[in-house]
Amino acid sequence: MIGTVTPASKMAEGVPAVVSSRFGVPDGHTLAGYTSSGSYKGYEAIRQVLEMSPAQVGSVVKDATVLGRGGAGFPAGVKWGFCPPGVWPRYIVVNGDESEPGTYKDRLLMERDPHQLIEGCLIAAYAIGAAQVFLYARGEMPHAQERLAAALNEAYAAGLIGKNILGTDFSVDIVLHWGAGAYIVGEETALIESLEGNRGMPRLKPPFFPAAKGLYMAPTIVNNVETLANLPWLFNHGVEKYRSVGTEASPGTRLIALSGHVNNPGIFEIPQGTTTFRELFESEIYGNGIRTGHELKMFIPGGASAPWFFPEQIDLPLEGRLIGGQGSMLGSGAVVVMDETTDAVRAALRLVRFFARESCGKCTPCREGTTWEEKILQRILDGHGRPSDIDLLLDVADNISPGPYPVAADPGNDLEAIPFPPRQTTICPLGPSSVAPITSAIRRFRHEFEAKIVQRDLISVSSEPFTDLPEQSSLAHGAVGHV
Amino acid sequence: MSRFSTANLRLAQEIIRRYPVAKSATIPLCHLAQEQDGYLADDSMAQIAELVGCSSAEVLGTASFYEMFKMHSVGKFCLGVCTNISCQLLGGEELLEHAEQTLGIRPGGTTTDGLFTLEDVECIAACTEAPAVQVNYRYFHRLTPQDLDQLIEELRSGALDDVVPAHGTLGKVRQDLGEDRIANITPPEDQTEPVWLRRHRELAEAAAAADAATPSTAGKES
Repeated sequence: MIGTVTPASKMAEGVPAVVSSRFGVPDGHTLAGYTSSGSYKGYEAIRQVLEMSPAQVGSVVKDATVLGRGGAGFPAGVKWGFCPPGVWPRYIVVNGDESEPGTYKDRLLMERDPHQLIEGCLIAAYAIGAAQVFLYARGEMPHAQERLAAALNEAYAAGLIGKNILGTDFSVDIVLHWGAGAYIVGEETALIESLEGNRGMPRLKPPFFPAAKGLYMAPTIVNNVETLANLPWLFNHGVEKYRSVGTEASPGTRLIALSGHVNNPGIFEIPQGTTTFRELFESEIYGNGIRTGHELKMFIPGGASAPWFFPEQIDLPLEGRLIGGQGSMLGSGAVVVMDETTDAVRAALRLVRFFARESCGKCTPCREGTTWEEKILQRILDGHGRPSDIDLLLDVADNISPGPYPVAADPGNDLEAIPFPPRQTTICPLGPSSVAPITSAIRRFRHEFEAKIVQRDLISVSSEPFTDLPEQSSLAHGAVGHV
Repeated sequence: MSRFSTANLRLAQEIIRRYPVAKSATIPLCHLAQEQDGYLADDSMAQIAELVGCSSAEVLGTASFYEMFKMHSVGKFCLGVCTNISCQLLGGEELLEHAEQTLGIRPGGTTTDGLFTLEDVECIAACTEAPAVQVNYRYFHRLTPQDLDQLIEELRSGALDDVVPAHGTLGKVRQDLGEDRIANITPPEDQTEPVWLRRHRELAEAAAAADAATPSTAGKES
């Protein structure tokens, strides 16, 4: 029961393990392991990259369409190009503050293959011309911090980081930084605030687009751990091979965390855009079926912030744009499966409570709104719900995210999907994310909310209530209750 | 009086040198103080403020934002039971309730013997191993209520002291930046265009100038 995960290393036929090839290798986290195991030879890519011009390196990443794996899915190569020319210094911040409920792919990448991430950082630093790289690892992940620190120490000693890397004029420092527990710090401008030693509150964009005004007000590229971990394989095998997996718009593979009511939960590397949710849930190499004896009620396709999907959406492939068009998002690849035993109100409350606790408090609609959403859901669950509460919830939600909120189609009731993303009255998407479970659950399972509001168990004030009240008493059982 | 020990003060100064701006070391130094004392004392925050060059109120402002910093003493073991969605679906809330009964405290409380602080935590990134628990941020997976009781017993007896260090200790391996290999950690205002970028830019400019010097070929191509 002591926590070491054995991640599934089975791959679908013909699919290369781009980022997970050393997950099952016992010494894959060491320098010796990195250079002698896995789907490519470690630190070969950086040698090749140093022969190229920084501009060429940038265009390889652009041509390959390496989509950001942190949630928004923005192409990394395009993002790198946003740094204003001639403005120095430039910084890279690696976002390893993974806290989205449902996933831990970045933790595995940091624990199992830290050198892969370091090599990815070096490639990015060379292309952009970074003065320094900050590797921001989540505070609650001491094992990942240890593995990263050990790997950085080895790489520094081997002349792979620091002054005159591999005897060239390329020099950069990579500094490991620990977070301290705050989901919002996964948002890039909040991450930068945190790295500057401040409360992790997001900055307003514009003007604070990190590529223009980021860390210390200098141009800064914030990339997710998995995004950078893709680069060494890409430079070893080339753009064509990279693009041969997945689809035209979403090439390559993705790490998907499958949890909840499936027989075989795990982290799987799947081809991006071609695998369907049905395959993910049912295939023997992935989920191996919904919990035996049960059936699917709903699932979250991309982390706590994503609107829910239902059995009708099961044949959709895991592809960002398609999922967006169908009213949700692929996000950080956290798929949570819920079977028919799940209470929709209780699940929605837990998700909303997460956002209420993690709201940074900067914007009023989110700070107040998420708190009220939690309170109202809690009272419905506790049996104190009022008939107006469902509309009140939707009204509070509308103040955080005005207009129709993204939601999946409901063919049974002739309702169409509302595409992603939502509108927002806040600086960052945390507040609007809290609306996802509410609108998803109410649209589909309104009757569950109503049932809890209309009926509740009568709780007596005394542990030994009267059973034979005098006939003349007006306090006859039920007269003061809410039957 | 809680100040950094001599060894930790040296480490603190080394950590500050890793950042182009000293205030960036605030969170790492708060972790260091918490590792030393088990929690983050007012005196420590005052000292961190001196070291990074801000007011102690600013350090408190930063530290109080983050869940992991404890402003008062907590148990030797912080037991965090995850109740977020993936764990909730597989019994996380019931496991928390069981922990409350076994320890006789509610989340946020500490047992009278000072051994355990119970926490109701958000996603700890072990979703496929639900329900999951962290003790001082070390993982324990797929726990039944009986497993949890056994875990509490083992912690109490000291049997897991090698696996679970006292509260405040995070990564036991630290990054060690050898002075001789540090490339370029200077304040942002002292930074200029990196040499390898300048070299490639000048090469490209020279090539463009050479092209411009032979307009006849350029004309033919267009």
